[in-house]
Amino acid sequence: MAFTPPKESFRGRVYPVTIGTEVQETFGGENTLPFHRFEGEIPHRPLISYEIQDVPPQDWPEVVREPYSDVSDDPVKWAQFCQESLGAKSITLRLIGTHPDQKNLSAEDAVKVVTDVLNAVKVPLIILGSNHIEKDAEVLPKVAEASKGRNCVIGKAQEANYKTIAAAAMASGHKLIAMSELDINLSKQLNILITQMGFEKERLITDPMCSALGYGIEYTYSVMERIRLAALAQADPVMQPPMVADVGMYVWKIKETQASEQDLPEWGSLRERGILWEALTATTLMLAGAELLIMRHPDAVSLVNTFIDEMFA
Amino acid sequence: MLIIGEKLSIIAKRVREAMMKRDKAPIQEIARIQYENGAGMIDANIGPAEDGGEELMQWMVTTIQEAVPLPVCLDTTNYNAVEAGLKVHNNDYGRPMINSTSNDPERFPMLELAAKYNCDIIALTVGKGGLPADEHDRAAIAAEIMARAMEYGVPLENVYLDPLVLQIATTQDQALKVIKAIEVFKQLNDPPMKTVVGLSNVSNGCPKHVRPILNKYYFLMLLNAGLDAAIADPAEIKEAMEEKPLFDKVLNGEEIEDKEKMTVMKKTIDVILGNTLYAHSYLEM
Repeated sequence: MAFTPPKESFRGRVYPVTIGTEVQETFGGENTLPFHRFEGEIPHRPLISYEIQDVPPQDWPEVVREPYSDVSDDPVKWAQFCQESLGAKSITLRLIGTHPDQKNLSAEDAVKVVTDVLNAVKVPLIILGSNHIEKDAEVLPKVAEASKGRNCVIGKAQEANYKTIAAAAMASGHKLIAMSELDINLSKQLNILITQMGFEKERLITDPMCSALGYGIEYTYSVMERIRLAALAQADPVMQPPMVADVGMYVWKIKETQASEQDLPEWGSLRERGILWEALTATTLMLAGAELLIMRHPDAVSLVNTFIDEMFA
Repeated sequence: MLIIGEKLSIIAKRVREAMMKRDKAPIQEIARIQYENGAGMIDANIGPAEDGGEELMQWMVTTIQEAVPLPVCLDTTNYNAVEAGLKVHNNDYGRPMINSTSNDPERFPMLELAAKYNCDIIALTVGKGGLPADEHDRAAIAAEIMARAMEYGVPLENVYLDPLVLQIATTQDQALKVIKAIEVFKQLNDPPMKTVVGLSNVSNGCPKHVRPILNKYYFLMLLNAGLDAAIADPAEIKEAMEEKPLFDKVLNGEEIEDKEKMTVMKKTIDVILGNTLYAHSYLEM
């Protein structure tokens, strides 16, 4: 008798989320575990979004600053470079310059950058604040309004500031990232609170909080895996939004992507090390269930894309 | 079912202040209310009580027993305080209980007291190294404690095994494992071992209006598994027992007339069994 491998099927499905207007991208929509195409449907590939900033990336290590050295002084040029030269399918504009400890740029400054970038590129835009609770609550509603109708992703709404940010994203027709701090129950709770405001759960993206390989990634992995199982096996409607992994930000600040070859020759090439670290972190979190990846280095993006190609071949 | 009233705990501000001032009135009032609601024993939790624990425990035991004709559950890690309490305890109201021993060598001496004073003792199935992973882990620890109790001369019928209820808000999967542990504990001896839980820890960290709901229905599920005793709020247990016939129907998948109550019960059962993820607003979904 021929061996028939057992197949697992689930009653739940992840919501597909489509972003952008002129050029659109969709992620999510699967009814099976990551890359388990032999068990269910995965209608969309994970989407990789290139991260850019409103201010020059002075705190990025040289390895990841270098590919953007000619364009990163201007977010418009930077965004165009990602779209035209790197073939980015999506761009993430992080408004880090609005952080009070950074340049403390105003909401008006942020609106100008967002508008300029939106006018310069066609691919879908993800707009992130500086991860400062009060400042994000002030800046994100303004940029949401300024980008009304462009079907962007706004983020990140957290427990302490979700009300204003979610209300603005809702009024301007955007998608919304809801971030909680590595706790599956709090992640569910935040999604409930946001949907109780009238925000459709099908427009949410869950961020369970990322971490880099070697820096607690197993916690992120476990929370993501359990969220995905809740979505599929328990068909939990508030756990069915797709998940984002904000990879670049966490990877390019750790020792392994910064320590020089002089100091640690046994760690090998700094450039290769950083790129592999970002690619491996992203790949690991895709395996845990992330459908949207925010990344920095073009070579790391290429590696991850090759992996996705092979998995979808 | 033995209900051990949980309300006289040093964690509660009003109780703590009364303990510090040796003010009998609030202590006796709280003991009386618990007695009226069906408590069969009163827990006296004085904390670690490193300074003056002996005198405080004696004061608590006599203060409680002046007000209600019940035995006292002596709840502290302080060996001398427990012994002092046992010396003044009025056994005409029933045998006292020690709360608690465990598989941590520092807690073994409590067994010595349980043997010497022929009283009941709660045995937490935890060791020195972290929390038990599941019901099997708990059973293994229970077996070790049982062997040790016999060594110390404590009859097994005086031992109440406590699987250690954990917070559902942070360790949801443990809720069901504790229920299973109660079933497993019963099989460790013939006659079956007695079991006890610190009930309200299940809802620790949950919103105020959710806590009694989780406590009540979790209690009823533990009761169905064979639970013998609970350190709990007797008022909540009273309500739970009134709701038991309806709850058992819902647990069996039957319909009940009060649809709103049925929904609350169903959602809570699903959270306890791990069929849905816990969130503070789980009842609103």
